[in-house]
Amino acid sequence: MASLVRSWIPLLILQSFLVAVAFGSKEAEQFSEALLLKPLPDRKVLAHFHFENRAPPSNSHGRHHHLFPKAISQLVQKFRVKEMELSFTQGRWNHEHWGGFDPLSSMNAKPVGVELWAVFDVPQSQVDTSWKNLTHALSGLFCASINFLESSTSYAAPTWGFGTNSDKLRYGSLPREAVCTENLTPWLKLLPCRDKDGISALMNRPSVYRGFYHSQRLHLSTVESGQEGLGSGIVLEQTLTVVLQPETTSVETNMQPSWSLSSLFGRKVVGSCVLAKSSNVYLQLEGRLGHESKNVDTEIEAHKLWKNADFDLSLKPDRVLRESSGLLFIFDIDKSSDSEPFDLGLNWKLPSKWSCQQAPLQASRFLMGSGNERGAIAILLKATESQEKLPGRELTDGRCTIKANIFQIFPWYIKVYYHTLQIFVDQQQKTDSEVLKKINVSPSTDKVSSGMLEMMLELPCEVKSAAISIEYDKGFLHIDEYPPDANQGFDIPSALISFPSHHASLDFQEELSKSPLLSSFKEKSLVRSYTEVLLVPLTTPDFSMPYNVITITCTIFALYFGSLLNVLRRRIGEEERFLKSQGKKTGGVKQLLLRLTAKIRGRPIEAPSSESPAAESSFLSTKLIFKIILIAGAAAAWQYFSTDK
Amino acid sequence: MATEKRDKEEEEVKTDDGSLKIKPRPIVQLGIFLVAHSPVFSVVFSAAGVLALLILPLLAKNTYISENALMPGSARSMLSNRDVSDGSKLVKDIKNYRLNHEGQGVEVQKLIGKYMSEMGAEVYYQKFHPEGNQFHPLHFFSGPDSYTLLDNVSCASYGVNVAGIIRAPRGDGKESIVLVTPYDFINGGDYEALSLGITGTLFSLLARVTWLSKDIIWLVADSRYGDYRPVAAWLTEYHSPSFKDSDLLKCGELNTADKFRRAGTMAAALVLKVDGRSERFEDTLSIYAEASNGQMPNLDLINVVNYLAVHRQGFYVKVEKVVSLLSSSWLKIIGEIFEAVGKLAHTLNPDWNFGIPTADYLEGSATLASSLYSQALGIPTGPHGAFRDYQVDAITLKVSPRFPPDSKTRQHDFFLRGAKLLEGTIRSVNNLLEKFHQSFFLYLLTSPSKFISVGVYMIAFALLVASLPMVAASLYIDGCKALNNSTLNPAGNFKSWKWLDAAKQVFALHLFGLIVTLLPYFICQVPGQHSPSNRSIMWGTTSSSLLLITFATIPGCSPFSSRRHGTNWAVLKSVTISAAFIGLCLMSIINFATAEIGALLLVPTCLIVQPIKPALRSRRIKSLLGAFCSMVLLTIGFPVMLFAISKGLFGEGLVGLSLGGEFWTWLESLWAWKSATYLYIGMVHLPCWLLCLCILFHPS
Repeated sequence: MASLVRSWIPLLILQSFLVAVAFGSKEAEQFSEALLLKPLPDRKVLAHFHFENRAPPSNSHGRHHHLFPKAISQLVQKFRVKEMELSFTQGRWNHEHWGGFDPLSSMNAKPVGVELWAVFDVPQSQVDTSWKNLTHALSGLFCASINFLESSTSYAAPTWGFGTNSDKLRYGSLPREAVCTENLTPWLKLLPCRDKDGISALMNRPSVYRGFYHSQRLHLSTVESGQEGLGSGIVLEQTLTVVLQPETTSVETNMQPSWSLSSLFGRKVVGSCVLAKSSNVYLQLEGRLGHESKNVDTEIEAHKLWKNADFDLSLKPDRVLRESSGLLFIFDIDKSSDSEPFDLGLNWKLPSKWSCQQAPLQASRFLMGSGNERGAIAILLKATESQEKLPGRELTDGRCTIKANIFQIFPWYIKVYYHTLQIFVDQQQKTDSEVLKKINVSPSTDKVSSGMLEMMLELPCEVKSAAISIEYDKGFLHIDEYPPDANQGFDIPSALISFPSHHASLDFQEELSKSPLLSSFKEKSLVRSYTEVLLVPLTTPDFSMPYNVITITCTIFALYFGSLLNVLRRRIGEEERFLKSQGKKTGGVKQLLLRLTAKIRGRPIEAPSSESPAAESSFLSTKLIFKIILIAGAAAAWQYFSTDK
Repeated sequence: MATEKRDKEEEEVKTDDGSLKIKPRPIVQLGIFLVAHSPVFSVVFSAAGVLALLILPLLAKNTYISENALMPGSARSMLSNRDVSDGSKLVKDIKNYRLNHEGQGVEVQKLIGKYMSEMGAEVYYQKFHPEGNQFHPLHFFSGPDSYTLLDNVSCASYGVNVAGIIRAPRGDGKESIVLVTPYDFINGGDYEALSLGITGTLFSLLARVTWLSKDIIWLVADSRYGDYRPVAAWLTEYHSPSFKDSDLLKCGELNTADKFRRAGTMAAALVLKVDGRSERFEDTLSIYAEASNGQMPNLDLINVVNYLAVHRQGFYVKVEKVVSLLSSSWLKIIGEIFEAVGKLAHTLNPDWNFGIPTADYLEGSATLASSLYSQALGIPTGPHGAFRDYQVDAITLKVSPRFPPDSKTRQHDFFLRGAKLLEGTIRSVNNLLEKFHQSFFLYLLTSPSKFISVGVYMIAFALLVASLPMVAASLYIDGCKALNNSTLNPAGNFKSWKWLDAAKQVFALHLFGLIVTLLPYFICQVPGQHSPSNRSIMWGTTSSSLLLITFATIPGCSPFSSRRHGTNWAVLKSVTISAAFIGLCLMSIINFATAEIGALLLVPTCLIVQPIKPALRSRRIKSLLGAFCSMVLLTIGFPVMLFAISKGLFGEGLVGLSLGGEFWTWLESLWAWKSATYLYIGMVHLPCWLLCLCILFHPS
């Protein structure tokens, strides 16, 4: 029964798809899926899932989608999003070992937590409203607290430092957002086959989240049709990048671990998603491996590429592409089926070592200083080994220079003094004019908006290290502005370092089919890297003692108001005179008491006789003593009996 | 407070003059009552203060884990024999290398670095200069100073630290936990190498576990120049690096420029040391927690270590104590009295269980005394003190194994247990979402599992100090009356300024104290090499000549001046007591233990001191006794004398001749550690002591 249903559903979908093709617009909606696998130098394996969904420009009235997720198209229409990217990330991208100068890392190495940026196609005055609405919509769509980006203290409007020059761009990130499977499920719902079929069926939750790095990204952009009456087309790109550690039994530490899809994910691919136009699996091998054989003219040579002394693949690749730094094996998974599942395996025979191409400068960021009062943020740029080989150097005034953009958002409680900016190049302090080409600063406003710093550095090519430090004061928050777990400290979102003159791309020697993944790799992408998130300990009140606070406050108030009233009301001189004039008359309080007792007893006020007070007082005192003794006795008896029990 | 009381007093006097009796408010009445009977109350309060201090071991509470997230010991240890053999191999390699090679190179550091990087850690080396702490009078209370590099750094002596960082696989890199093992790469003994073995074992485990959420830093500090300095240098580089060029980087063949790595905000730090053989049957673990100026790490950190060490790994845990107190008979008698009282109370009401056995009381008091002393001294008791400057909770664990260092079979077990203890602690800290904040920061330890919180121990101080304003007020009134009687012109508006003369004298002597405090800085600037005793003689002579100048220039200051210039001794004493009160209260905020010990010395002296001449003249036993007591107290109160006594108490031998030199060295260590105790001695204790001396020799 189940198999019947399983075979029927794709058929039905296919049918509807064909119908749509027959009656719809000339250009059909397209979906393609791809998986890129890449062994990493530190014995890990990177898996990059790539899904692209294109909706062609069509008449916006009465629009109906066949493959494209309706939620996203509604989002685009409602908020007039021109371009948007949302990423959920857990773990840190290791720039040293996993690369920093290829399209994969420059696009998929994201800061921890949630990052969102969007460009809107609305008038300037409505951008902020659109952003706020968008965050709420996305928050609901992806089960995440993206709505916290609504507050103007958490987002910024970068002008040029982010890489996309637009004044309708908004950027925000939430470093503390925990990423889990509840964020992945809605993301998968946007795929036509979800995770039921095709490549996405590999996404076994435990193995995906066991990884060292996990970043799920959603990028959408609108394509203007240019034609009258037609709306704009949308390209939705969904990627999931995971770095996994294959389980090995070998003890040898220099041997790369062998793996297969089933050992990495615990699942196999059984056929492609029928709705996908193309579904491929790529295996990228970097480093010296690519340069081994120069010619692939003959069949034997080609065979040698995937079955040689170093390693062998369990399946024969359909095509082999070569690019400057390595090999790319392409597998078509259409042929696989239930009986013959696609289970690509890589078996290493000899220890091999290679290194990834790194960004020209490696950035790290840290906090300086101690105490709860002030501190400094420092960004350290260190030259990597591959720096000299990289293209993208520029000659300005006869000097070879590297450009680096730094984009940083400061929350308002980090009160940055921009005049304290210091730049050191190779341990020498430089003036701003020497290295700083452009700088854009928007200071923060307390509790209203966050600060932003964009600067473009122009460093000499032979630079070994550069350091930037900027001082700040720690602000005080109002008691209800503290988040839960306030004693953990407060996060400063990642800074973005990008190199505007460096672009990463893979250039293949052969022309290839229109695979969306490969064409996105072929496009020149800006080399960028995110720094670490920083944790700033701020002064926090002792939340666990509200009782003490209330008690102390009440006591102080009582004392203050009591004495104040006393000072205001009492006139000592007047009182003295009053007392003098009263002479031997009884005090006011006593008279009042007498009146009260009289009222209670219902008798008229007795005239105070001369000898009665003394007698009365002695009588009262004996009575009082008697009462006290009685109460003390009762208390003692009670204590005795209660303790005996 | 004192002035307020005085005002009230005057109000009372005014009404006394009039025929009317207005009943003042109860609080005023109480104040008047206290001031009127101040001799009785001051004795009662001071005695109660001392008693409260003695009773503290009885009031100690058992420690408990306050932060729920710590969950110590809830996870099973994941240490395997493979990790232990990794650690043992490291120790063996280092020992072999040290046997075959002699030299000053950095090869041992490289050996450790290689081990770390094999485990998958990021390794780097850091050079540092051994001389760090320089006395500068203005640097008190300033934070850790930024890395001030000397221009003429010599390459002759420098140390090299090794550090390895394990990045938490799925962590966000915001926080880190630091493990420090001081090791002398050149002269380190076999026991010291064991600490590397324990941490190496642990590191091997941590490199492959997946539960880490904070990065782990293992720092092997080059303890050639002491334990503290390498750690402090590393922390300075971590938190406030100098981006400028330094000559130190060019020393030696090891290039360390731009290699320094960091791992976020530190959550906690553990310093591990192995030294000596345990005297007991079990392995011994000593916990050291006191940082500079009596700052303590969060009690939860000590609790976690203590819990795991006692209940999981079977270590004998101890904290330092004053050994000489254990055998003192007077303390034993007090303990027996408390025990008897406790038993009596228990028979009266079975719920009253405050009595503890005499032996426990002795142990508790000895530990408490040591705790008070270390806090009061303000000198950190180990390398963990460097972390406190950066608000990082840190403790030093000193482990003494029960076997000789060359026993292979025992070593395996020792590594396993030591690493398990550290693993458990790190796992607990790793669980923390917030930094340590739940438990106490202000406490005194009476045993590893018992503590006295601030709310309890401040009672003793408050009682001691409470008598001071009372006595000051009553003395002032007496003094005013005496002046009124003696002077012919009782001008009304001049009356309230009686204390001005006395205040002048007090101020002058405090100024003198300040100058004396700053003098060592200038003496250190004197060119040429001087021995500590020479320096102390220099200091002593300059100070005493300064004192003579002060007495000569400011009229009425000197106790030897003629009677007409002299102020009334009662007023002088009143102002002195007020100054001592203010000084003690200020000090109690900065370093409570110093204020407590200071109050124990200063309060009786200030209260009892009286002019000696009338006492001698009267020849009454009571006044003679008082004079004798004040003489004794003043002798003890002299800082040098105090130092000698404390030396004797702690069982250290003392050569009479070198006393000055030793005192100088002691003070040098105080200001090198930026201890506020030094300021207290110079600016509160010394002036008050001098003022008491003035009163003693007052010509009235």
